[in-house]
Amino acid sequence: MTVEWGHFALILALVLSLCQVGLPLWGLVSRDAALMQTARGTAVGAFVFTLLAFAALTYAYVQSDFSVINVAMNSHSTKPLAYKISGVWSNHEGSMLLWVLILTLFAALVAMARQAIPLPLLAAVLVVQGAVASAFFLFILITSNPFLRAMDVPAEGRGLNPILQDPGLAIHPPLLYIGYVGFSIAFSFAIGALIHGRIDAVWARFVRPWTLLAWSFLTLGIAMGSYWAYYELGWGGFWFWDPVENASLMPWLAGTALLHSTVVMEKRDALKVWTILLSILTFSLSLIGTFLVRSGVLTSVHTFASDPSRGKFILGILVFFIGGGLSLFAWRAHALRQGGLFAPISREAGLVLNNLVLATMAATVLIGTLYPLVLEATSGDKISVGAPFFEATMLPLFLPLAVLQPLGTALSWKRADLWAAMQRLSWAFGFSVLVMGIVLYVTRGGSVIAPVGAGIGLWLVLGSMADLWLRVWRAKAGWAVNLSRLIGLPRAALGTALAHAGLGISLIGIAATGWGTEVIATVGKGAEIPAGPYRVVLEQVITRNGPDYRETIGRFQVYSDQNRLGVIEPGKRLFIGQTMPKTEAGLMTLGLGQIYASLGEFQTDGTVSLRLYWKPLVILIWAGALVMALGGFLSLLDRRSRIAAPKTARQAQGEAA
Amino acid sequence: MTRKTRRLVTIAGLGSILALAVGLVLYALNDSIVFFYGPTEVIEKKINVGARLRIGGLVKVGSVVRSSDRMVEFVVGDGNNEIVIHYKGLLPDLFREGQGIVAEGRLEAGQRFAAETVLAKHDENYMPREVADSLKKQGHWQGETKP
Repeated sequence: MTVEWGHFALILALVLSLCQVGLPLWGLVSRDAALMQTARGTAVGAFVFTLLAFAALTYAYVQSDFSVINVAMNSHSTKPLAYKISGVWSNHEGSMLLWVLILTLFAALVAMARQAIPLPLLAAVLVVQGAVASAFFLFILITSNPFLRAMDVPAEGRGLNPILQDPGLAIHPPLLYIGYVGFSIAFSFAIGALIHGRIDAVWARFVRPWTLLAWSFLTLGIAMGSYWAYYELGWGGFWFWDPVENASLMPWLAGTALLHSTVVMEKRDALKVWTILLSILTFSLSLIGTFLVRSGVLTSVHTFASDPSRGKFILGILVFFIGGGLSLFAWRAHALRQGGLFAPISREAGLVLNNLVLATMAATVLIGTLYPLVLEATSGDKISVGAPFFEATMLPLFLPLAVLQPLGTALSWKRADLWAAMQRLSWAFGFSVLVMGIVLYVTRGGSVIAPVGAGIGLWLVLGSMADLWLRVWRAKAGWAVNLSRLIGLPRAALGTALAHAGLGISLIGIAATGWGTEVIATVGKGAEIPAGPYRVVLEQVITRNGPDYRETIGRFQVYSDQNRLGVIEPGKRLFIGQTMPKTEAGLMTLGLGQIYASLGEFQTDGTVSLRLYWKPLVILIWAGALVMALGGFLSLLDRRSRIAAPKTARQAQGEAA
Repeated sequence: MTRKTRRLVTIAGLGSILALAVGLVLYALNDSIVFFYGPTEVIEKKINVGARLRIGGLVKVGSVVRSSDRMVEFVVGDGNNEIVIHYKGLLPDLFREGQGIVAEGRLEAGQRFAAETVLAKHDENYMPREVADSLKKQGHWQGETKP
C-alpha cells in the first residue's frame, strides 16, 4: 500500500503546486494580501507531500518490492542497503522525483525564510516556482511515473548498473540537483521582478544567498562527478567534455557570472537589466541540461522515437519557461530603471568583463554541445565535437580572465587607479612569475602550457591572499591584532578570497597533468613498471568474492627506491545479475599526487595488460573545487546574505517599543 | 567621461570579446570536429585515405586477432560492408565479438583503419547510437532488445 500512498501524495503535491500558482496569482491581480499569503502554506505543503512520495519510493527500494516496475528494473535484493537507497535516484523516474523534491524544498525554504521580502514579490516568486514544479509533476505522472506496478511480479530485480554502484553516485546527483534546481530561485525572482516592475539593490540582496547556495552545491556536484568519472571509468581523465558534463558546466559558468553581477547590483545598483537576463539564462541552462540528460537526445536522437513523449514533454517545458521568461524580459525590461554609473577602470568594469567572458564561455560550450545535434537533425551528418574543440576555445577565454582576476579585486568601486592596484599586487605577481620562470627552466623541453597554467594558478592563490593581507595588515599593530582583524573581516570578503584561491588551486592541479606519466604494458608476475618517481611490481593475480560481485584483481606492490609504500589492487568486477564486467581502478595517493592503475584483459598465459599513470598534484583539481565551494558557504554566513538573519538589537528594540 | 563615450567603450569591449569567441569557435569547429561513418558510407562516399574519422559497426564474430605487444586486429561491419581495424592499446571492458563499437583514428588504403581509441559505449542496450543508426540505414537493425 505504501507505494499507492506515495503515488497519491505525488498527485496531492501537484494539486498543491497548482494552488500555489492559482491562488496567489489571483491575489496579485485583485491585490488581496490574504490570497497572496496562501503562497507560503501551499509551497510548504507541496514540499511535504513530495517528501512523502519520495519516502514511499525509498521504502519500496529498501523493501525490494519488485512488484514496482521501477524497483525491479533498477535494484536487486542482494544489494547493500546504501545502494538500495541511492538506487532510488540512479534511474530516470527516481531522479526526476529527486529533482522536484529539491525544487519544492527550495520553494518551501523561500516561503519560510526570514528575509523581509515584500509580499507581492514573494507571492510572484512562489507562483513561478509553483508553475515550474507543476510542469515537472505532470511530466513525472504522465511520462515517468516511478510508482507503476507490474502485472507479473519478478522474483528478482535486474540490478543496478555496476558503474553506478558506488559511493560517488550516492552523493553526486543530489549535490548536482541542488545546484541546478537552486538556480530556479534566481529565475523566479527575476520573473517576479519583471511582473512587479520594480527592481533595486534590495532585490539583489534577496537573490544572492540563494544563488550562492546553488552555486556552491553545483561546484561540489561537478567536482564529485569529475572525481567519480576519474576513478570509476578507468580512463584516468578527470574531464571528458562529454555532453552530460557540459550540461552541468553551462549553468555553472552562467551562475558564476550571476554571482558576480548581483554583487555589482547590490553594491552599486548597476547592471540590473543584465542581472535579470542572466538569472533567466542560468536557470534556462539548468533546464537545457536536464533536457539533454533526461530526454535521451544524447544517447540517441531516436529515443524520441522509442519514447517520444518524454523528450517532447521536457522540450515543451523548456520552450514554455525559457521562451516565456525571455518574452517577458523583452516586454518588461525597459520598465526597469538603470542606475549607477562607473568609469571603464573600476571594480564594476572588471566585473562586467568577468561577466562577458563567463557568458561567452557558457555560450561556446552550448554551441559545442548542441552543434552535433543540430547538424544531425538538419543534414544527417554525424560528427563529434570533443576535447580539441573545447580546449581550443575555452583556454584562450579562461586564461586571460584568470590573469586579470586578482587585479579586478584590487580595483575600487566607481573609479579606480589601475597603476596603484598593480603596485599593490606587485609582490604576488612578481613571485608567481619568478616561480613560473624557474619551473619553465627546470622542465625545459617539456610541456610549456603546464608551467604557464600552474604559474597563473599560483598568481590566483597569491593574489587573493594579497587582497586579504592588504585589507588587514597594519605594520604597527601586533600579530594578534592583525589576526583578529582578519577574523573580523566580513565573511563575504573571506569567502571571495577563498573561492578565487580555490580556482587557482584547481588550475595548478589541471596544469600538472602535463607532468604526469603514462605506461601501457602487458605484465606477468614479478614484472616491474615505472610510474613517475615510483615503481610498481605485480605480486599476484587473485580471484575473490565481494558482497554482490566476483572480482579478479592484480595485486601490485608500490616502491619508492627500496621502500615498500603499499599495495594497489586494480581489477575487474562481475556483479551478480550482470553480464558485463567492470574495471576497478587501483589508486594510491602519495602526497598530492596519485598512482593510478587500470587493468585491461587477462591473457591466457597468465599475464595482464595494464595502464599505469603517475599523476602529480592531481588531488589539487578537486581540492580546489572544495575550497571554492567552502568559500561560497563561508560567504553565505555573512550577516548581509544570511537567509534567516537574526534581527539587529535595534530592530528588536524598536519592535518591543 | 560622458555617457556616450562610456557606451562606446562598453560596446567596443563587448564586440572584441564576442569577435574573439566567434573566431575561436569557427576555427575550432573547422579543425577539431570528427565525422562518423559506417563501413558502407566510407566506401560509398569515397572518403580520402588519411582522413580522421570515427567508424562504427558490429565486431565480426571470429575476426578478433590478438598478436603480441597488445596489437589487436578486428573486422567491423554493418551487414553489407566491412572494414579492418587495427589498434594498439587496452580495449574497453565492453569490447567483444558481436558487440557494437566506435573507433576513432585514420583511414588507410585497402579499407583498413588505424584506430587511436576504441569505445564500446553502453546505453541501456549496450549499443552505440551511431552504430544503431548505421545498422538501421543498412537494414540490419534487430530492434531494441527491451526486457
